Amino acid sequence: MSGTVEREVGRARTRKEDAHLITGQTNWTDNISVNGLLHLSILRSPMAHARIDRVDVSAALELPGVIAAFSGRDLAQEMGSLPCAWPVAEDTVVPDHPPIAVDEVRYAGDPVAVVVARDRYTAADALEAIEVDYTPLPAALDIEGSLAEGTALVHSDKGTNRCYGYHSASGDYAAAKARADVVVTRRYHQQRLIPTAMEPRAVVVTPLAASGDFTLYSSTQVPHVLRVLLAVTTGIPENKIRVVAPDVGGGFGSKLQVYGEEVITLVLAKRLGRPLKWTESRSEANVATHHGRSQVQDIEIAARRDGTVLGLKVSLLADMGAYLMLLSPGIPILGASMYPAIYKMGAYDFSCTGVFTNRTPIDAYRGAGRPEATYAIERIMDDLAAELGMDPVDLRRHNWIRHEEFPYTTIAGLTYDSGNYEAATDKALALFDYDKLRAEQADRVDHADTVRLGIGVSTYTEMCGLAPSRWLGEMRYAAGGWEAASIRVLPTGKVEVITGTSPHGQGHVTSWSQIAADALGVPFEDVEVMHGDTMLATHGMDTYGSRSLVVGGVAVHEAARKVVDKARKVAAHLLEANEADLDFADGAFTVKGSPEARKTIQEVAFATFSSHDLPDGMEPSINAEHVLDPDTFSFPHGTHLCAVEVDTETGAVHIRSYVCVDDVGKVINPLIVEGQLHGGIAQGIAQALYEEAVYDEEGNLVTGTLADYLVPGAPDLPEFVTDRTETPATSNPLGVKGVGEAGTIASTPAVVNAVVDALRPFGVQDIRMPCTPERVWQAVRSGKSGKEVAA
Amino acid sequence: MTHISVKVDGTTYEDDVEPRLLLIHYLRDRLGLTGTPIGCDTTSCGTCTIELDGTAVKSCSVLAVQADGCEVTTVQGLAHDGDWTALQRAFHERHALQCGYCTPGMIMAARDLLREHPHPTPDEVRHGLEGNLCRCTGYQNIVRAVLDVSEEEVTA
Ligand code: FES
Ligand code: FES
Repeated sequence: MSGTVEREVGRARTRKEDAHLITGQTNWTDNISVNGLLHLSILRSPMAHARIDRVDVSAALELPGVIAAFSGRDLAQEMGSLPCAWPVAEDTVVPDHPPIAVDEVRYAGDPVAVVVARDRYTAADALEAIEVDYTPLPAALDIEGSLAEGTALVHSDKGTNRCYGYHSASGDYAAAKARADVVVTRRYHQQRLIPTAMEPRAVVVTPLAASGDFTLYSSTQVPHVLRVLLAVTTGIPENKIRVVAPDVGGGFGSKLQVYGEEVITLVLAKRLGRPLKWTESRSEANVATHHGRSQVQDIEIAARRDGTVLGLKVSLLADMGAYLMLLSPGIPILGASMYPAIYKMGAYDFSCTGVFTNRTPIDAYRGAGRPEATYAIERIMDDLAAELGMDPVDLRRHNWIRHEEFPYTTIAGLTYDSGNYEAATDKALALFDYDKLRAEQADRVDHADTVRLGIGVSTYTEMCGLAPSRWLGEMRYAAGGWEAASIRVLPTGKVEVITGTSPHGQGHVTSWSQIAADALGVPFEDVEVMHGDTMLATHGMDTYGSRSLVVGGVAVHEAARKVVDKARKVAAHLLEANEADLDFADGAFTVKGSPEARKTIQEVAFATFSSHDLPDGMEPSINAEHVLDPDTFSFPHGTHLCAVEVDTETGAVHIRSYVCVDDVGKVINPLIVEGQLHGGIAQGIAQALYEEAVYDEEGNLVTGTLADYLVPGAPDLPEFVTDRTETPATSNPLGVKGVGEAGTIASTPAVVNAVVDALRPFGVQDIRMPCTPERVWQAVRSGKSGKEVAA
Repeated sequence: MTHISVKVDGTTYEDDVEPRLLLIHYLRDRLGLTGTPIGCDTTSCGTCTIELDGTAVKSCSVLAVQADGCEVTTVQGLAHDGDWTALQRAFHERHALQCGYCTPGMIMAARDLLREHPHPTPDEVRHGLEGNLCRCTGYQNIVRAVLDVSEEEVTA
């Protein structure tokens, strides 16, 4: 389609969704109020591991305003185990996961009892009145220790803390290593992170007694998935449950879950026949909403003296926490195919062991498996460059897949459709003024400056568009990866787009409007996008893993194409022409050669509404639905560069500049793409420098509030310079690749590489994240006893 | 129970409240105001920021009884007749919000900042917003939005 009307795709449209957010007219789940609403609060375990000897709720029940109180045992019959949908290996141990603990608590924060009261203050009083007797049990508290002989078992009935083992190999790594001139071996630590969406989770359930129907509002990323699994878990028929995700205040993976609180609230609303609300406090969120990362990564890379990488070996210990959540075992495996990244090599060996610990369960956090993979490969590429005395950018250039080599199938078996690493990197280096910064760095070393400059690079790719259902099936994931979109052209010509994706800040309403407006040739303002309600968007797979645009957005485009095809039949009939003789541009069909013979799509919509004169046998509708199951992933890429100043006397790290050039394929809305990158980079920097979930030796979370868990504020972050190259994906008709996780994936290694780069003259090879002043200072002191070593 | 009289976004309310009731819960649960969300329980995140007699405060750190006789402005009291303030417009134009959960608090804190420093530097904006966390935007567009707004406009 080409025409005179300005195209929407590619325009920096301000967002349709802002108006209600900016004026406070919001539908956060906690804002929802209905007649007779009761508050539900949850008592949580103060211990990492203990036997529950007695739960006595009687004193709580005596408080005025308390309606009900239950222990886990009271409710066990009505609630099944919380589901794990991704037992990646045949031998995966899937322990029972009761929404409220029955006999044993397995992490500090595990639910033990619930109360229902007239208001939140009374509910809080009631929690204090509940008596619980525990017998403390020894706990398995750290990833490496949990498999050691004699360590306490998280699930004694399973006889092991090993959740699963997974191995895949391609090429002969041992042979590659034998041929190598240089082998670099490292152990990296992915600290445990707390995702920290600004909106804590909340659930409201309203029962409709007469019909046995329930509406469940949840601050969830996955209303559709949640609905299926609520039915499975509670036995309430799926067609009796409507799930609504209203305005959702951020997710970053932490809301793609089926949480116990959703099950508990539903079951109690059913039992009591009353509407219930549960709202998480921040302190609860820090222990009860799943955590991310938490892996120990052993990496080995083998190369020739000229820098040619021959092979890579990766061996992970992946913390599952105390229970398996929806995707827990699969997260490290999502990263498995990304370790070789953009580099050509002849051998790759990957293995992972999942382990249980007495801590909050681990699941997806922004990037889910891919940031971990990218961190390891991008860190070890720098270490290899140092070992070979090469510039880290030159080493990458020497090994990466060249532009003319696409499509390219990597050693991990993924076929990258398109990419241009040269263009993105060259552009980034120029913006960053790489050579000048290197000169300044050398200068500071020459003058033994106490503040050193470090330069970090990360040339990443990621896999977006989760996922081809067939691939998911091969990976033993229980569900598919398709996405649904429907388009309704109303009699007046206005358009409704119904999407199965469920946004929580990503701007789908605006971007999907742009896609539909272009495909249908209607004004952007005439498109409404609806989502997040299973009664409206009847099926979908929701939003996570940078899949929304590549699967959901492309589905919108395909549905629009079907609408145009149907409309073409009607237009041909009305214009008394052959379908093949019609052009479609700017929202109107014209007969080739006689442009005055014209029908707009709005006219066609009205003609379909009246149905007085349609082609024989045609249904009176041009509405269409498309369910898209992509054939493959998409692979955005880019180059991120970071310059840090490290004070070797205080350990303080200051980010001096941050430059990135990303290639996310065709850009729908540059404003939104830039915003996604900023937020992602901030979260990646946070892992590099600030955030870590810290436990004491008893297994209590020390960073249990936002006062102790250091989410960076505005003064902690630099101004980011972002730019892009545009290499369209060839695997979908829009040419899009996805962007939501790119910033997080790329930035963590760029920042840590920069910090380590600044300190290499002191013999420093690694600093554990987050690179706090304390750790940096220690590294300077202990790297060759604080004495500078010849570079 | 203590009797309070408080003017919120132009309307005066008379209520009996428990002495321990936080102002944020009074605004949300009693008055049904949806514009001011809660992000934490340690006065760390700033999402609950409102104006109390013209000064930005975190409404989770104030008791409802302390607001007796005061004037409260929330984000819902800003737009008059559908006309956004310059800051609201700047947030929209700069794409300074994604999920929007931090936005009311950011806007209220930014108003305070601009009253103190009508022409702030980027660093002054960053430091002025220190008490408000945003998990989505990386702050850059928020800083740009605040810089876009001059003294005359914010009070307009
Ligand atoms: S809710 Fe008031 S500062 Fe976080
Ligand atoms: S926009 Fe989501 S927290 Fe700021």
